[in-house]
Amino acid sequence: MEPAVTSGARIGDRPRPKKNYLNETKGIWSWMTTVDHKRIGIMYLVGTLVAFLLGGIFALLVRLTLLTPQHTMFGMQVTAETYNRFFTLHGAIMVFLFIIPSIPGSLTNFVLPLMLGAKDVAFPRLNLASFYLWIVGAIMAIASMIIGAVDTGWTFYTPYSTTTSGTVTLMTAAVFVLGFSSIFTGLNFIATVHKLRAPGMGWFDMPLFVWGMYSTAVIQVLATPVLGITLVLLMLERVFQIGIFDSRIGGDPVLFQHFFWFYSHPAVYIMILPGMAIISELIPTFSRKTIFGYRAIAYASVSLALVSFIVWGHHMFVAGQSQLATVVFSALTFLVAIPSGVKVFNWLTTMYQGNISLESPMLYAIAFLMLFAIGGLTGIFLGTLSTDIHLTDTYFVVAHFHYVMMGSTVTAFVGGLYYWWPKMTGRMYNEKWGQVTAVLWFIGFNATFLPQFILGSRGMPRRYYNYLDQFQPLHAFSTVGSWIIGLSLFMTAAVLLASLRKPADAPDNPWGGTTMEWQTSSPPITHNFEDQPVLEHEPYDYRPKAVTH
Amino acid sequence: MSTTTTDVPSHGGHGEHEHNPYHQHHFTTMEQQFDTSKLGMWLFIVTEILLFGGLFVGFGLMQHRYPREFIEAHEHLKQLIGGHPFPLYGAVNTIVLLVSSWTMVMGVNAAQTNQKDKTVRYLVITILLACVFLVIKYVEYSHKFHDGLLPGKFYSHQAEDLIKGTYGYHTFFSFYFMMTGLHGIHVLVGIVLLSWLAMRARRGDFTSAYYTPVDLVGLYWHVVDMIWIYLFPLYYLIS
Repeated sequence: MEPAVTSGARIGDRPRPKKNYLNETKGIWSWMTTVDHKRIGIMYLVGTLVAFLLGGIFALLVRLTLLTPQHTMFGMQVTAETYNRFFTLHGAIMVFLFIIPSIPGSLTNFVLPLMLGAKDVAFPRLNLASFYLWIVGAIMAIASMIIGAVDTGWTFYTPYSTTTSGTVTLMTAAVFVLGFSSIFTGLNFIATVHKLRAPGMGWFDMPLFVWGMYSTAVIQVLATPVLGITLVLLMLERVFQIGIFDSRIGGDPVLFQHFFWFYSHPAVYIMILPGMAIISELIPTFSRKTIFGYRAIAYASVSLALVSFIVWGHHMFVAGQSQLATVVFSALTFLVAIPSGVKVFNWLTTMYQGNISLESPMLYAIAFLMLFAIGGLTGIFLGTLSTDIHLTDTYFVVAHFHYVMMGSTVTAFVGGLYYWWPKMTGRMYNEKWGQVTAVLWFIGFNATFLPQFILGSRGMPRRYYNYLDQFQPLHAFSTVGSWIIGLSLFMTAAVLLASLRKPADAPDNPWGGTTMEWQTSSPPITHNFEDQPVLEHEPYDYRPKAVTH
Repeated sequence: MSTTTTDVPSHGGHGEHEHNPYHQHHFTTMEQQFDTSKLGMWLFIVTEILLFGGLFVGFGLMQHRYPREFIEAHEHLKQLIGGHPFPLYGAVNTIVLLVSSWTMVMGVNAAQTNQKDKTVRYLVITILLACVFLVIKYVEYSHKFHDGLLPGKFYSHQAEDLIKGTYGYHTFFSFYFMMTGLHGIHVLVGIVLLSWLAMRARRGDFTSAYYTPVDLVGLYWHVVDMIWIYLFPLYYLIS
């Protein structure tokens, strides 16, 4: 096997085509009306990263308020309402504007058709419509913060959300619109995977990234409509008092939680499955080894998608569910550990005796393995009834889901961004600085969230803007950690953007990947491939003689 | 690859020499394009059913909570025919929609078999039936408005049988207006889509080689019809 080519040389490559998807047509209008999945992917990437920045700023403000037990930030007074708005905006922006749309909208939009050897997604115009719906939803969400304020948390729990005076109606309308954006993306990917695979590519010849995103798309299509109608009911309850969630007029507040988590638990898997999908690409590529247990990982993705629909009750162990229901939901929740474990063990076994090289994407992948192990295992604590009653609504929960959503999904996202950056832009980034960001990210993340497990198990409740003095050392530690995370992300932005200043230098296949996106030029031509690629070997075939291009 | 499309005319994409103007570049054949569009439509229908599904579940739970109130309230959806309460508006509308589904099928069939005038005619009849449905719905809504049988906080029924302020009555009418209203919006969208189809059909866009939009809107129209088939007994025939 050749070592990865990280210099500017294009060893063994065809000459770089003059026209590619970036310079084929010019002008802002050609971008705004494009139906090219690659350009839409880039626009989604820019949009979701702006949202990430915004949500990140609110996260830093939350941590800054919690630096000391006083209600102050840099000496300024922070009221409970202000703090509530900070964490609501952080949560709502991160969940609905960043994590859910980011990997599907940006990286997947770009890579999935290439991996299948297709010219585009099944419905290119729907793809663009999905992006514009995202824009509309984002504008509505941001408008709801500017006009008024939302202080319900991203979960919009009743009865608070039906009684608080904030602009909850506009915010939920925004999330409704964003939901349809997500549905259209998922619908598009399902149709693409079913109908646009390259000649000779069967279901089990697809890269595992595609399996992961296919499972994600199934959840997007099946769960999001329920969230949509739930939010419509919430809006109507606020505006017309229809009497479904508000107990003063004969409704049932817990019903909202059931409806909400029926979507939002599967939504958690809309967040994590894309992360796992990326990891399934990074690990074999940088271990130069065929993935271990291909079918097991593929089936694990699908079964995670299915199990996600039957565990929502574990969010409501203390919300007045019947005892039978809590026991059943607790037992079902443990099922999640099986496919998750299958994946982790298969990734580790892939690395075992592999020819591992530690470029930035692989460092992020290894960070993912460790962080996901912690995030996943602490989920078991919370799925266990007796411990959950102690840990409900504490920082333990906060730490747990940050390890999964951020420590796993965002880690994989950043790793995937480094991995496909040369393909998307035609430029190699500075490898050494990329590695530095990965190390900083890992340190900063653990510094921020490991103390929160301890805080939570000692009784620090979530969503409080002050705390007992005894918690201050751990809170301060966590806040300093959040600065390291911020530093790492700004450095990542600098490393990637700096690469755009130089002329295109990336080879077609800088990492020695075996999936089809590496067969086309970097950056790809508008129609993706000069000739229709045909499947020649199974994915992740690293046996020496098979790689002869 | 696909063997599910027995009704696709065979000469659509095989003739490499004549390029169909509706053939999109990223599909190899017209059959692949048709199959993909149809799969996309089915997926969209799944989301529609789940959207309504949330409301059906909500209705079911609230009916379970207020069984007596829901039954009493639903009597107001009926009219006295020869001294017996009968769901006149609902029953007539059910028949109207069922007939429109049949005319839709005939329209799709006409498009598949290159009968331009017949396609237009059946599409126009379908549109007219959809309008009849909405007119009847309008009359029905007017009666409810007049009686103060309104959703949520607007509920102001004065008669003694359904006392204002009693839990359940206003909830019933909330769900009634939400579900029939959402369904009505879908009928309205259907009218717009069918009108667009009728115009394109008149222009001669549809042939046996390309009739995808007619087929897909047909599917949509049947789903709108089917949802009503469930709404009708749920609201008008509970006991």
